[in-house]
Amino acid sequence: MTYFLLFFTIHDVLRAEKALKGHHVDMELVPVPRNLSSDCGMCIKLRGDLDGVKPYINGIEMDKCVSYDGKEYRTIGGR
Amino acid sequence: MIYLDNAATSFPKPKETIDLLNEFVLNIGGNPGRSGHTLSLDAARFIFEARERLAALIHAGDSERIIFTQNGTESLNLAILGFLKENDHVITTSFEHNSVMRPLTFLAKEKRVSVSVAQCAHNGKLDVKDIKKLIRKDTKAVVVNHGSNVIGAVQPVGEIKKTIGEIPIIVDACQTAGSFPVNVAEDNIDILCCSCHKGLYGIQGLGAIYIRNGVDLTPLKFGGTGSRSESIEQPLFLPDKYESGTPNTPGIAALLGGLRFIERTGIEAIIRRKQDLRQSIVSSLSDIPGILLYGDNDDRKQLPVISFNIKGKLPSEVGYELNKREIYTRVGLHCAPVAHRTIGTFPEGTVRVAPGYFTTEEEIAIFIQAVREITKIS
Repeated sequence: MTYFLLFFTIHDVLRAEKALKGHHVDMELVPVPRNLSSDCGMCIKLRGDLDGVKPYINGIEMDKCVSYDGKEYRTIGGR
Repeated sequence: MIYLDNAATSFPKPKETIDLLNEFVLNIGGNPGRSGHTLSLDAARFIFEARERLAALIHAGDSERIIFTQNGTESLNLAILGFLKENDHVITTSFEHNSVMRPLTFLAKEKRVSVSVAQCAHNGKLDVKDIKKLIRKDTKAVVVNHGSNVIGAVQPVGEIKKTIGEIPIIVDACQTAGSFPVNVAEDNIDILCCSCHKGLYGIQGLGAIYIRNGVDLTPLKFGGTGSRSESIEQPLFLPDKYESGTPNTPGIAALLGGLRFIERTGIEAIIRRKQDLRQSIVSSLSDIPGILLYGDNDDRKQLPVISFNIKGKLPSEVGYELNKREIYTRVGLHCAPVAHRTIGTFPEGTVRVAPGYFTTEEEIAIFIQAVREITKIS
């Protein structure tokens, strides 16, 4: 499963990236998919174990967390 | 050439400042947080790291509480105009810069804000009890200069905050950031304003403000932030709420260089060096007959900002003579007429000498010799 983690600001995206990289999580920053938000910014895309990495970014408020199974986007968390 | 005007802006800048400014302008150049491409993201990374390091330097905790502005003046305007409302009461001191006095005077005239001024002693000392005496039921804030741009006196902002309790304190740290310990957590500071091109070694055109969690300001600017683009309303989250429009990313990159320099050198070593320079200038000047020195020069814990005059000469004449010898100081009122009234030098002002971390003992010796010569000119 692929996950897109959307945050309110680029500041929080970079904060989350720093936290995840600090724990060697395999992730990348990608432009926010237009079907998920009209923001012009970036979001975090990661594969695999979402629950395992969530504690690393606990303190950062997430706008939206979306799963993607190759066919369908599903909002599974966020504000 | 001897540059002794570091209280206006520091010069020269550390190598890190120039390197990162070059790196940004030559190789990055993107508009941060706006587009999904690598250069935009790289620009945002410069800002992120600068914000994190500045937050660490002033002990701000969460770096989203650090907002970048155009300069210290804009930070103070955001704090004062964004916090005070019609008919509020505010307390300030007789040592403030015009970047505090002018917005307060504007509010007094246009919004019926009532302003009380706590009188400092002529040597810059502020009795905290004098602030306490001015507190009223409708007092909404206390605005205090942390370090004087005229005589280098430092105010006990932590002690003031303890005395005023729940009333928010707005601190003008333009002179102290990078030149004196600044600790918003320990001192319980609500809002702290600073410029980034003096003791923080960035370039001109950048300031910052720290806003404690729970303190809400009305933004000075509204507009594009790269976030919530579907909405025509200003976002409420930080830092975007207060940072509309393309930021001064080259300036922030330069600041990042300055902050790396401070970390590499050690803030304690920088502060010690500056206090030693102050001491050296003060003791040499006091040996020269005909010199009038201002401030409390027994107190070692002050900023490297020294004001003096030569008996019988205008500060402008002294500045002119120093400039002829390629020694650069700043004369006059230093945009702080109330501070000059307090030390008794209004309206002529003083000659202000502000050495920086890179000032050498040799340069100070040449400056002192020049002052000796100027005192003898009839």
